[in-house]
Amino acid sequence: MDQAFGIMLVTLEGTIRLSVPLILAALAGLFSERSGVFDIGLEGKMLAAAFGGGAAAAVFQSAYLGLGVAILVSLALALVHGFASITQRGNQIVSGVAINFIALGATVILGQAWFRQGGRTPALTGDSRFQAVELPFADALADIPFLGPIYTNLISGHFVLTYFAFAMVPFTWWVLHRTRFGLRLRAVGENPGAVDTAGISVTRMRYLAVICCGILCGIAGAYLSMAVAAGFVKGMTAGKGFIALAALIFAKWRPVNVMFACLLFGFLDALGILLQGQSLPLIGTVPVQFMQALPYVLTVILLAGFIGKAIPPKAGGVPYVKER
Amino acid sequence: MSAPFGKLPGWVEYGLIPLINLVFAFLVAGLVVLLVGESPLRAASLLIQGAFGYGEGIGFTLYYATNFIFTGLAVAVAFHCGLFNIGGEGQAYIGGLGVALACLAFDGIFPWYLTFLVAIAGSAFFGAAWAFIPGYLQAKRGSHIVITTIMFNFIASSVMVFMLVDVLKPVGSMAPQTRTFTEGGELPKLDWLMSIFGLDIGGAPFNVSFLLALVCCVLVWLLIWRTKFGYEMRTMGHSPTAARYAGMKEARIIIITMIISGALAGMMALNPIMGDQQRMQLDFVTGAGFVGIAVALMGRSHPAGIIPAAILFGVLYQGGAEISFEMPQISRDMITIIQGLVILFAGALEHMFRPAITAFFATMQGVGKPAAATEAGE
Repeated sequence: MDQAFGIMLVTLEGTIRLSVPLILAALAGLFSERSGVFDIGLEGKMLAAAFGGGAAAAVFQSAYLGLGVAILVSLALALVHGFASITQRGNQIVSGVAINFIALGATVILGQAWFRQGGRTPALTGDSRFQAVELPFADALADIPFLGPIYTNLISGHFVLTYFAFAMVPFTWWVLHRTRFGLRLRAVGENPGAVDTAGISVTRMRYLAVICCGILCGIAGAYLSMAVAAGFVKGMTAGKGFIALAALIFAKWRPVNVMFACLLFGFLDALGILLQGQSLPLIGTVPVQFMQALPYVLTVILLAGFIGKAIPPKAGGVPYVKER
Repeated sequence: MSAPFGKLPGWVEYGLIPLINLVFAFLVAGLVVLLVGESPLRAASLLIQGAFGYGEGIGFTLYYATNFIFTGLAVAVAFHCGLFNIGGEGQAYIGGLGVALACLAFDGIFPWYLTFLVAIAGSAFFGAAWAFIPGYLQAKRGSHIVITTIMFNFIASSVMVFMLVDVLKPVGSMAPQTRTFTEGGELPKLDWLMSIFGLDIGGAPFNVSFLLALVCCVLVWLLIWRTKFGYEMRTMGHSPTAARYAGMKEARIIIITMIISGALAGMMALNPIMGDQQRMQLDFVTGAGFVGIAVALMGRSHPAGIIPAAILFGVLYQGGAEISFEMPQISRDMITIIQGLVILFAGALEHMFRPAITAFFATMQGVGKPAAATEAGE
């Protein structure tokens, strides 16, 4: 019994750890896509931010400076995407694909040129890396049966960015659904013509949304290279940006659903690690590849309309042309 | 797609504007080379030297170009129908299954040309099947093709790892790959073709699948511009509403287009598997499916544009390998950057220079009619 409880705690702790970058990236995509700008460049922005953050933290020996640089790098790419898809009215999907490739190549080339460690950035130690935060009384309460370990292991002992990610969920909901900014942002994604008629600049609203997206992707990248890992590794996002995109669709573009979708995908990931090479009663060994493919399969099934229906923002992917 | 700008002469539309976009992509890539501390000019000369300087280099350039012709055509066919097939990578990967199964079954019995025929059918079938599902889901269930094909790339990768590690790997072997095919599963090289030009391709795996790629170019051209179905595809691409009013069957067009697109992507697997390695390995596609996007955008989705665009990327792949010997800072990943920049400038930002060029041409010819110039300049 105790052992099962222990395994459960480890799996749930892994779930939280693995779902944080998904939550941040999916919320980033939420801002952008709710305003009508599709973004499949989440992966690239996250990767570039992870590299920028890891590199800056190693050079300046400060985690917070690293975080700042990560956000700036991601923001720059977000603005490129904004320029291409809002100002130039280019194809948003094509622009996102381009950003993914530029980030994938540039992080390795620049990393190799600057640090000469095969595309890695130097290992981060001490102040240059985010440290786990012990919540008050974590040690004192550890001995209380059941609730103690949950508090100490599951709730306490995460990174600042983890708590930030979970705090961003209600905050995003509040911004999108309870503020004037959020109402306008959602309106721009549904019916930009109406927003324009009301005298609000569609271009400005969409740029603001893309900027929000850039900032959150930057934080997601920083989490990967400066909190979970001690430094940047070539291609370290490994498809997380696309899983986040899948989670965003799975959640039907709603903030709280996004969190649950990300937790589900994070849980599948953690479960996959746990089940690796283990034999289950009745089913036998589950191939690792099956667990890895599951989030994508689930998203396809959802998109096909077999589990409810995911309806994207109405004006998503369509550049706005002001009528004369 | 409505053109928001004035009409331009054909050579500007299809020659000058793509060229300017391309030049910008390479200028930015040159800046990256500069940032890394190497000379862009020396890199460019090494690139050309490595790709065209000697017979073996040319052989490799054309070998890579073969991959990109297939994947470029796959993306282009879908583009004509207004569909964005990002799944070329996965379709090519699954297509490899068709090639490998054909070779494993027949390489001991058949001569290469019979195995080749079965492998063509197999790769096209598997690639088409992998594209059929997203096509069907888009046509019948309304799920977005871009998202579904991205998801299918990841699923394909998992499926293939599973197949290679747990199913196709010979007993007792450690490496996740099939057994090496015998002679019946090996495509002959095109050294005779190159020796006509007095070139010796040496060890380069330039093989008959290049000819198949050229045949596919002709077939795609015929399909898109000379058949009823091609006309329907292009109508769908320009205006789905118009296609619907004309009584065209939307779902049928989408599904068949995706099947053709997937079949073309799947056939790409013939080149590395039968033409080079004579076995199927993990990740043999190495990004060719994604390069296809850049190739199709650069080639304006026309076979006559796709072939030079594919050769350009062949040059980058082959020449890039040569550069990395001389300049250790510049690895294969530089190509990924260039690929991204080409997609950005030739795709997402394709209209960036158009107003300036339109204004320029309007003033050039519009001396007698100034009204046109002001209108075009907005």
